[in-house]
Amino acid sequence: MGKPRFLYVPFWLTYVFLYAPIIVLVVMSFNAGKSPYLYEGFSLKWYGVLAEDDKVMEGLVNTLIVAAGSTVLATVLGTLLAVGLARYTRSKLLDALGLMPAILPDLVLAIGLLVFYDLVNFSLGLHSVVLSHALFGMAFVAAVVRTRLAHADSSLEEASRDLGAGPVTTFVRVTLPQLTPGIVAGALLAFTLSIDEFVIAFFTAAPTEPTLPIVIYSMIRFGVTPEINALATILLLVSFTVVIAAQRMTKIGEIRAQD
Amino acid sequence: MSPRWGRRLGAFVFLGPGVAYLAVLLLVPLALILSYTVFRRGRFGGIVYEFTTENFSRLFDPLYLDVVLASVKLATLTTVFALLLGYPTAYLIARLPRTWKTVALVAIVLPFWTNFIIRVYAWTILLSGPGLINSALGTQLELLYNHGAIVTGLLYSYLPLMVLPLYAAIERLDPQLREASANLGASAFTTFRRVTLPLTLPGVATGCLFVFVPSFGNFVIPEILGGGRTATVGTLIRAEFLKSRDWPFGSTLALAVIVVLIVLLVIQSWVSRRG
Repeated sequence: MGKPRFLYVPFWLTYVFLYAPIIVLVVMSFNAGKSPYLYEGFSLKWYGVLAEDDKVMEGLVNTLIVAAGSTVLATVLGTLLAVGLARYTRSKLLDALGLMPAILPDLVLAIGLLVFYDLVNFSLGLHSVVLSHALFGMAFVAAVVRTRLAHADSSLEEASRDLGAGPVTTFVRVTLPQLTPGIVAGALLAFTLSIDEFVIAFFTAAPTEPTLPIVIYSMIRFGVTPEINALATILLLVSFTVVIAAQRMTKIGEIRAQD
Repeated sequence: MSPRWGRRLGAFVFLGPGVAYLAVLLLVPLALILSYTVFRRGRFGGIVYEFTTENFSRLFDPLYLDVVLASVKLATLTTVFALLLGYPTAYLIARLPRTWKTVALVAIVLPFWTNFIIRVYAWTILLSGPGLINSALGTQLELLYNHGAIVTGLLYSYLPLMVLPLYAAIERLDPQLREASANLGASAFTTFRRVTLPLTLPGVATGCLFVFVPSFGNFVIPEILGGGRTATVGTLIRAEFLKSRDWPFGSTLALAVIVVLIVLLVIQSWVSRRG
């Protein structure tokens, strides 16, 4: 009951809408022709062009450096924050503060950081993007780890303390192992988000060290070639893999928690 | 070490680094934006620390007010379409068997976790003059560089943010309530209007908030799919910061975005508390 047939129209429309552009993009990346819009037969040539594009490769390296750096920072800060928020305070204000980077529009974060870096004369470069990306990465890690903490059994921590373990031992040997799936999932999400992030990087990167999304943005603005389609296809593949891995990780964690 | 001191030390070790990070890189920048709104712009950019209300009166100058209204219109249209597509989708996902539910949900969020620029760019392939839609229909329609293209891009980017809270709200609904309504003689539509919809309104409010806010402040989509022909609050902020270097007015526009966010947050929490 309660499943009117006509609802299937918007339901399927949603999925077609979400996947049609992606499918078209992937198909067009194997285009033999020069137009990014008209399919003229199968070819891998744009992948070859891509591999030899120095700008893209530089952008890719920059993106990976930023993603790795900001993920490490975000994971450490986010995990500590999640444990701190769950175990040491009931402050709703601090809760809200921890989520703020995820809720605030990216443009507001971006110009805020730009204004701040400018005022304290902090030079822009990959390091400023790392610090900026860690800000929202940390909010996502904290959120994911907190969900796991809510399911974790705090009596285990009490037992550990009753048995004479210090807070550090308890954290490292009891709390941390329980949280590992959440931490890994959070880190993977922070990594993916950093790889894809454009607006904040656009405002806080040095023009000489653009990240990949910035390179793609300028490629789009200066005329489109099927090379972008090839690049897009590879990036889609990487993102899909990482997100599905993160999703499985949390699921495996849930199943273990239920046992 | 006494337990009380142990707790204080623990709170300091766990909360200290994150809170310090957020204070320096989030609260200070926001305070800076806020304070720049009352200062003057220097002749060659930069800030002149001289009090003025000029930035706020400029916000209500018809020229800029039109831009704000255009952004409100685009974000509203996007939110309405997201609700129209998202509600039935979330409703049906909530009624799928368990395995398919997971698959359907992952399929909703998957595109969301991929490169934003690329997702927007993909629409140029579909919409452009020689693009796929025109060649499939055999037409020469101008589908790009208008409000329709912008709304399409915004909807595409933020639809998952509508579906997820709606799904959570519908999933939580007790099916017995709907059965009771049907047993008492209500038609499917009446049951929806008087039982399902009111009980899922908090989800509707959250979804609308999640779609409206990023749509309102976006500058990439109006630039790529709007061809720069439509000025929005987002494109204006970007221009004030990177082109005209008028940081005080740019900050005032950013403050407008924050105010919109806060107003919508208040409405959303009011709806959730009533629901």
